[in-house]
Amino acid sequence: MSIDIKMAWRNIWRNPRRSILTISAIAFASLLLVFMLSWQLGSYDTMINSVLKIHTGHLQVQAEGYKDKRSIRLVVPKPTAVSAILDKTPGVAAYTFRANAFSLVSSEERTYGAMVVGIDPAREVNISTLKKVVREGSYLSEEDTNKALVGELLAKNLQVGLGDELVVLGQGRDGSIAATVVKVKGIYSSGLDEFDRSSLHITLKNFQDVYTMHGAVHELVALGKSLEDVPEIKKAVATGIEKMDKKHRLVALDWMELMPGLIQGIKIDLVGGFIFYIILIVVVAFSILNTFLMAIFERKREFGVLMAIGTTPWRLTKLLLIESAIITMVGIVSGIIAGSLVTWYFQVHGIVISGASELMKQFGIPERMYPQLSVLSVSIGSGLVLVITFLTALYPALKVRRLRPVEAMRSV
Amino acid sequence: MYFRLGWRNIWRNPRRTLVIMTAVIIGVWSMIFLGSLMRGIADQMVRNGIATLTGHIQVHHNGYRNDPVIENSMTDPEAVETALKRSLPPDSRWSSRVRVNAIASNARHSSGVTLVGIDPQRETKISFIGGAVIQGRYMNPDSRNGIVVGKALVDKFKTKLGRKLVLMSRDTDGEIASRAFRIVGIFNAETEATEKRFVFVTLPAAQQMLKLEKGISEVSVTLSSQQEVHQVAHDLRAGLPSDKYEIHTWQELLPLVTAVLKMYDGFIYLWFLVVFIAMGFGIVNTILMAVFERIREFGLLNALGMKPGWIIREVLTESFFLLILGMLIGNSLGFLSFFALSGNGIDLSSLAAGMEYFGMSRVIYPIIQGKDVVMANLVVFILGLVVSLYPAVKAARFTPVEALAHT
Repeated sequence: MSIDIKMAWRNIWRNPRRSILTISAIAFASLLLVFMLSWQLGSYDTMINSVLKIHTGHLQVQAEGYKDKRSIRLVVPKPTAVSAILDKTPGVAAYTFRANAFSLVSSEERTYGAMVVGIDPAREVNISTLKKVVREGSYLSEEDTNKALVGELLAKNLQVGLGDELVVLGQGRDGSIAATVVKVKGIYSSGLDEFDRSSLHITLKNFQDVYTMHGAVHELVALGKSLEDVPEIKKAVATGIEKMDKKHRLVALDWMELMPGLIQGIKIDLVGGFIFYIILIVVVAFSILNTFLMAIFERKREFGVLMAIGTTPWRLTKLLLIESAIITMVGIVSGIIAGSLVTWYFQVHGIVISGASELMKQFGIPERMYPQLSVLSVSIGSGLVLVITFLTALYPALKVRRLRPVEAMRSV
Repeated sequence: MYFRLGWRNIWRNPRRTLVIMTAVIIGVWSMIFLGSLMRGIADQMVRNGIATLTGHIQVHHNGYRNDPVIENSMTDPEAVETALKRSLPPDSRWSSRVRVNAIASNARHSSGVTLVGIDPQRETKISFIGGAVIQGRYMNPDSRNGIVVGKALVDKFKTKLGRKLVLMSRDTDGEIASRAFRIVGIFNAETEATEKRFVFVTLPAAQQMLKLEKGISEVSVTLSSQQEVHQVAHDLRAGLPSDKYEIHTWQELLPLVTAVLKMYDGFIYLWFLVVFIAMGFGIVNTILMAVFERIREFGLLNALGMKPGWIIREVLTESFFLLILGMLIGNSLGFLSFFALSGNGIDLSSLAAGMEYFGMSRVIYPIIQGKDVVMANLVVFILGLVVSLYPAVKAARFTPVEALAHT
């Protein structure tokens, strides 16, 4: 065995220039894949987390049908019963209560439609970034009545600043008119234009009074300790709420159901990426196929001699495969090392795509992007390269078995 | 003679030539085809953007774009019309609209919408709405209380054709004006967001409801060719007083689309380069191989008095044939796959929500742009020859004595 490896190693360096070129081609492909995959996978994590933490959370419990209809009547009537389940479920990092109602919001000058959201200020902090994105004024406190946080674009549209009054007019849970006057306590800017243009937050207590909710809420929003915990939590919560009230059916929805666009968008991006990667690797494979094929073109004589002195065809195949395996491994390893170094550099310093930051913001991607090295991002790309180059190397390695020693030795 | 020599040389080892040519073919094919897919996505975005009530150029009252309220309407549409008639090329179209934020509600639901008052006949030729009604009918000019709404809004409101929908908005006096309309048509759009956002009534109905008299919010212009956009916008700016009117091109009105276009541009060229590098290694290696096999031959040629420059030319000719053949076939395959898909497009409806998240449409139609094809081929051809210089120079450097001694 060891003599085969030694022979293969020496054979590779019989033509160092060619081997180095082949190794570079493989290294280039793996470097690129490590970097691109780290970037792609890394950006998904940031994207998912930043989008979900603006508002949606990892998991919500709502009345059945509320997600699509958004009707104020579809409530979770006894939120404490549900929160008792959440308290018992392992993996839940935090949860909060919310209620929403679409209402008319008017300033002295302007009127706009907006989603009025009732939040529990103390609990909300653990779920969403709302408190952090308050740019002007301050966050709500538990006792605040008739005070509101307003999205930056909504405030701009309404032409209001801190301390200005807004009239909120909507419909209560019982169908009555819900009206109140609130003072702007803070203005937030989450970066997601749609959110900043169409929402206004007041305290949950305040909301329940104004919209005659009788203690009910519309959603319980939970955050798992990590994204991976979500399916487990969902299962536990779903079984828990099934046993509750049959008349008002509740459902547990994870972030993929709450924001189907997000996960599908990621799928599209991933599939698109892989089409590019596969094509790239196939081009590389054909580029290096010639080096591997060389064995039969150039070294016919040598193989003929080897066979004549008793080397079995199987051993020749093995020898050739070891040669290509060494070339491939050296290429992939140096590609991974170089790729990881490049990725690591950008992981520390971040990448700013000039001109694209406006664009990124809309998809919830922060301006400065950090690729994320992970076992997955390093192994997927190099694994693909490995498989495809191995398949490439098989062809010449199997072909060599058909050599006839006498003819082979005669060729120059 | 170089050509004949080169041509024969590359077929001395057909398998090797075919292998490296395959690499070039796949590379070029991917450049042409994936490039056309990306252009298709981008183009669809622009089209959707323009058809979704943007047009190529819009005229507004000064300040409307930052603050789209009723106070910022154009009270004197005749002045704008005269200016338009003077500056627009004869085959362009335009249409006036009232466009304000409003609240739509029925007995159970309410939500924020954009109320658009349109001239039904003119509008059909300008924006998507003319051909988008899937149920009921499009508005006729004198339907006073007919309203056309999106499919998604109808579903959300649990309503249907013939039912009432109340719209509320602020009129010019600052009072809340509300008026009941009857749903006469339901439209379908590329994205659900559009279906939920826009509701259409006739221009006079909107003007009456909002007490606008003759006033309008915007004029949207479409031109027969995109190239004229900047020139026409420039003419319009000269023709209308800038303290009263603002004129924007679609690039300014759709900053996101413009940013995506720019990013795609960069991405496509980056892809060209990456693919080229991948095959560049192969090209160098293959030519190098071909050269080293023939050390004796080059030595002989040298001994016979062939100058080094000629040898370089000879080797480059070989790589020229390789590249040209690969490019020819790669381009043909690229165009073939383009034609195969350009008819029906690639239907991604199953991922509609995701496509919408990125602002893409449900069906992608590839588009081939001349400059991409030229660019792809130039990159492969020129860089291909440049990297072949290395083995060519190597071949020219063999001294006759050394080379002839080589076996």
